[in-house]
Formats: sequence, C-alpha cells, structure tokens
Amino acid sequence: MEQYYSYRIQLISIIVSLAFLFYISRLIIKGKLREEYAIFWVISTILLIIFSFWRRGLDIIAHLVGVYLAPNLVFTSAIFAILIYLLHLSIVVSQLHDKNKIMSQELALLKERIIKIESEENKKSTNSQ
Amino acid sequence: MNKNFKKLAVIIPAYNEQDNIAMVVNDILSIRHPGFQLSPIVVNDCSQDNTAAIVEKLDCVLLDLPVNLGIGGAVQTGYKYAYEHNFDYAIQVDGDGQHPAGEISKLLLEAEQTQANIIIGSRFITNNGFQSTAMRRFGIVFLKSWIKLFSGITIYDNTSGFRLIDNKVLEVAQANYPDEYPEPESILLFSNKGFQIKEIPVLMKARQGGESSITSFNQLYYMIKVSLAIFYTYLRTKK
Repeated sequence: MEQYYSYRIQLISIIVSLAFLFYISRLIIKGKLREEYAIFWVISTILLIIFSFWRRGLDIIAHLVGVYLAPNLVFTSAIFAILIYLLHLSIVVSQLHDKNKIMSQELALLKERIIKIESEENKKSTNSQ
Repeated sequence: MNKNFKKLAVIIPAYNEQDNIAMVVNDILSIRHPGFQLSPIVVNDCSQDNTAAIVEKLDCVLLDLPVNLGIGGAVQTGYKYAYEHNFDYAIQVDGDGQHPAGEISKLLLEAEQTQANIIIGSRFITNNGFQSTAMRRFGIVFLKSWIKLFSGITIYDNTSGFRLIDNKVLEVAQANYPDEYPEPESILLFSNKGFQIKEIPVLMKARQGGESSITSFNQLYYMIKVSLAIFYTYLRTKK
C-alpha cells in the first residue's frame, strides 16, 4: 500500500514539473519572459524533473550533506534559492527604476528644447510675413 | 549627392572607449569604396568617460543613449537609425579598434558579388590575426555545433560582431534584436527567416583598450544564456 502511494506522488511530481517546463517555454517563445530571467526557472525545473525520476538521489544527497530527513533538505534548499532569487529580482527592479527615472528626465529636457526651438521658429516666420 | 551611390551605415557601438573611438571613426572616414557612401554612426551606450564629448567633435552621427542598454540594444539603436534614414547596408564595427576599417571593403565586395544578405567577417577561416583565448575558442566551437543543430548552417566565428547586413535584414534587425550577447543568437534568427549568410576571412586585432563585454567570470553564464536563447529562437522562428 505504501509503495502504491509513493509511486502516485512520483507520477504527480513528474507531470507537474513537465507542465511547468512547458509553460515556461511557452512564455519565452511568446516573448513574455526574457531568457536571462528564464535561466533560473528552466534550471530549477530540470532539477525537479531529475529528482522526480531519480528518487533515491534525494536521500543520497541528504546523507552526503548530513541532513537526516531528505524532505528537510528540499525545504531548506528551496527556501534558500527563492530568497536569493527574490534578492536578485529586487536588484533588477531597482535598476529598472533608476533607468526609468533617467529616461523620463531626459525626455522632459528634450521636450523643453523642442518647444523652445518651435516657438523661435514660429516667431521667425511671423516676423518675416 | 549622387543618387547612384549606395548608402552604408557604419554602426559603432561604444562603451567607455575614449582612447580608441576617435581613431576608429577617423579610420572609417578615410575609407573609399567605389559606389558606396560610408556614414559612421556612433552609438554611445551611456559611457561614464568622455566618449560622447570626443565623438561630438568628429564628423559623424552620434546617438547618445541616456541609459545603458548593453551591446545588442546599442547596435539595434544604430539599426533603427539606418532603417529610418533608408540606408542600403549597415555594418557593425566595434568601438575598441578590433575590426580594422580597411577590412570593410572586403565585406562590401563580397556582398556585391554574392548577393548574400549577411556577410560575417571571420577570424577562424584562415586563422590569421588575433585569435582570442583557448577557453573562448572552445566556447565558439561548441556554439558552432549548437547553431548548426538548429539552423543547419555552419558559422565558424559566430561571436564576431563584424558583420554587414543589407536593407532586408535591417528591417528585421531594427525591430527584433537581442540585448545581451546578440551575435550567436541573431545568426539563428536571420537564418531561420530565410536570409543568406556568408562568412569570409578578415584580419582582426586584439582590442586596443577598454573591456570585453564578456569577462571570464561571466563565461559560464554566457554559454548557458546563449545556448538557451538559440534553442528558444529556433522554437520561435521554425517553419
């Protein structure tokens, strides 16, 4: 009975990981997700797929790093990876914010210049008429 | 201006190239190729040094980006300018002096003779001149097979930015060009859009100064990113 249940969860995790990989690929193909941000997702999904097929692998690695319960290793490493990726995203957002600000300022300055040039030309043409 | 002249946009992406940029632009201005009119267009990718101030004094177009876009975004800005101004051809020449202006004529001659849409100047056909490091050459050989797998064509020097494109390719490239490390990825994009790509040997120099866009620390990331991008470009453009 126990065997039956554990194979079911293996099947579920394989299907979910493959579906996830497929969805990420669709996002990249449609141009909604850039490759540099997709690398994290593609690699972590591939890891998920590997460990859903190779179930003993989790126990082996847990044993190697000295974790008694394999699921604890999964939780610890997943939380760690998520934290790092969140930090990375915060950095990206900060950079975007800065670039956005610079572009708006540059646009405002350019607008002011164009308006000035246009009004000078208007004056010239009214004077010459 | 003579209407029979074909217009060639020489696009020079520059990031912190104050030591080389004047020499690069002046070399290009000194080139004469019968039937062509060369216009240097410097795209300053938000340099922190005096690149923009130096270029302003030269006889060329300056596109001064307010934020840093990376090499691909900078080159694409040049493509957009060339497309809007109806240039017949565009060639990318790096701002660090790696691509000698004298070799531009070779690419132009090849384009006139073969009618190929894209001519890539290659270091690795006759293996003369600057050859890059062993590690990078290994990466380039890997990318060669990877590109061949998804496009069927063999390009030896797939990271070479020294490439001439005609106005049909220009129309595609100005709308859609990768930001980071664009060279290998764009080969796949262009080839799967049905453009003819030719590669001819040119002599390149080691960079005269400045920094490569690919540092050793980034090489693994570069390979993963580019391989993935090539694969997804294939999925996007196949058929």
